[in-house]
Amino acid sequence: MKKYTKTHEWVSLHGTDATIGISNHAQELLGDVVYADLPSVGKTVKKGEILCSLESVKAAAEVFCPVTGTVKEVNNALNDNPEIINQSAETDGWIAKLTISDRSEYESLMDESAYKAFCATHQ
Amino acid sequence: MSDATELKKTPLYEEHVRLGGKIVDFAGWLLPIQYPEGILKEHENVRTSCGLFDVSHMGEVWVSGPETLKFCEYLIPTNVSRMKFGEICYSCFCNEAGGIVDDLLLYKKEEKRVLLVVNASNVDKDVAWIKARAKGFDVSIENASSEFAQIAIQGPDAEKIVQPFASVVLSEIEFYHFVVGRVNGIEGIISRTGYTGEDGFEFYIRPDAALPLWRKLVSLGAKPAGLGARDLLRFEACYMLYGNEIDEVTSPVQAGMKWIIDFDKDFYGKEGVVKKMEQSPSKRLRGFEVVEKGGIPRHGAKIRIGEQEAGVVTTGNKSPSIDKIVFLGYVPETVKIGDTVDVEIRPGKTVKAKAVKTPFYRGSVKSKKKA
Repeated sequence: MKKYTKTHEWVSLHGTDATIGISNHAQELLGDVVYADLPSVGKTVKKGEILCSLESVKAAAEVFCPVTGTVKEVNNALNDNPEIINQSAETDGWIAKLTISDRSEYESLMDESAYKAFCATHQ
Repeated sequence: MSDATELKKTPLYEEHVRLGGKIVDFAGWLLPIQYPEGILKEHENVRTSCGLFDVSHMGEVWVSGPETLKFCEYLIPTNVSRMKFGEICYSCFCNEAGGIVDDLLLYKKEEKRVLLVVNASNVDKDVAWIKARAKGFDVSIENASSEFAQIAIQGPDAEKIVQPFASVVLSEIEFYHFVVGRVNGIEGIISRTGYTGEDGFEFYIRPDAALPLWRKLVSLGAKPAGLGARDLLRFEACYMLYGNEIDEVTSPVQAGMKWIIDFDKDFYGKEGVVKKMEQSPSKRLRGFEVVEKGGIPRHGAKIRIGEQEAGVVTTGNKSPSIDKIVFLGYVPETVKIGDTVDVEIRPGKTVKAKAVKTPFYRGSVKSKKKA
């Protein structure tokens, strides 16, 4: 099940593999993404730290790590086609896969309906 | 953001909202930064076909009276007497220190009537500035900004789209020239100018004529484009944005605008401009291409040469037309094409960039014929 942060990242969990991206709402706010500065594989990032940054034609945006983990894989397709984030932020536009150790960080995040309610009240 | 009640609306505001425009506060005006298509698509529309911009926020100032031309010659560094009637020049107002009060277009309409088009963010400052300079000249200065709506149609297809309902033969209007004529039955100023690097026209019309003209142009294939696309387009063409590339400190020479200056005449601020030219070492505006992965240098990012802080980025973005990350920035005048600098994208993240020729992209814009 996909979970969301207040800083508009999503994470889905398969075993200890967490796939991370930005929400569809976030890509709408960001506008056309033209550059993705992907994290390095092997890097350990704590929950709340900067995972990487995305650049739109308007501005740069930081992606905060929703769960502590070690970067196992990055979405290299974003190097040449960062617009995938605009086209499908919550599927093909995933950013990185992390190996996590603490599942409770994931459990504490918002589910889709809670996130939708959060976005509606934080326009 | 400032108080919403103070923000101004152009005659097309409701139309922008209806079209799904994302409205922002730009220099105190509520304008669309983009429409649902997005900035990149709007940019592409202008480069490949035709885009439509609401630029009604721009300021218009009439200079009238017997000494109009004599006064304009003193007011700006560009030679006005050599211009024909119906011709436009790009210029600026210089302050005592040789800095730039604002950049502008001057429309040489008649011997006793000239139109100045200035930036929305500077209208009040400019009008006060012009009036102060006008003391002792037999001229009157009128801020006519509220009497004009302004629509820009830009792109290689602009002429083809507008011609069927224009009262004049558009192909006869040369680049940086204008006529008074009718578009969509409404009389106004039609000028072959723009801020995108593409061929196109700007219409200065009555505010109540803006909506029907806008809708007519959209119905014929012009695609609405917002401030985001406009900034990206002007950046690729290396046109100055006041507050980014030019301000009250930078001189027109530093900004690469020496071509607008006639040093053989007297104009206000000339001493300051000359003094700045004699200062050494001086900084110059140059274009750069980022040659390393890492991100996009934005306005204010620091430029270094070796360990030395050497300058600052004025505008940076990924250019969709050339598919490269490029930026404009002030660096020592000794930096030449091909030289490498370091630029700080964010604290702790620096990438290499090399000086390149400007503009970054040349569109369908016509070149001005030499008189």
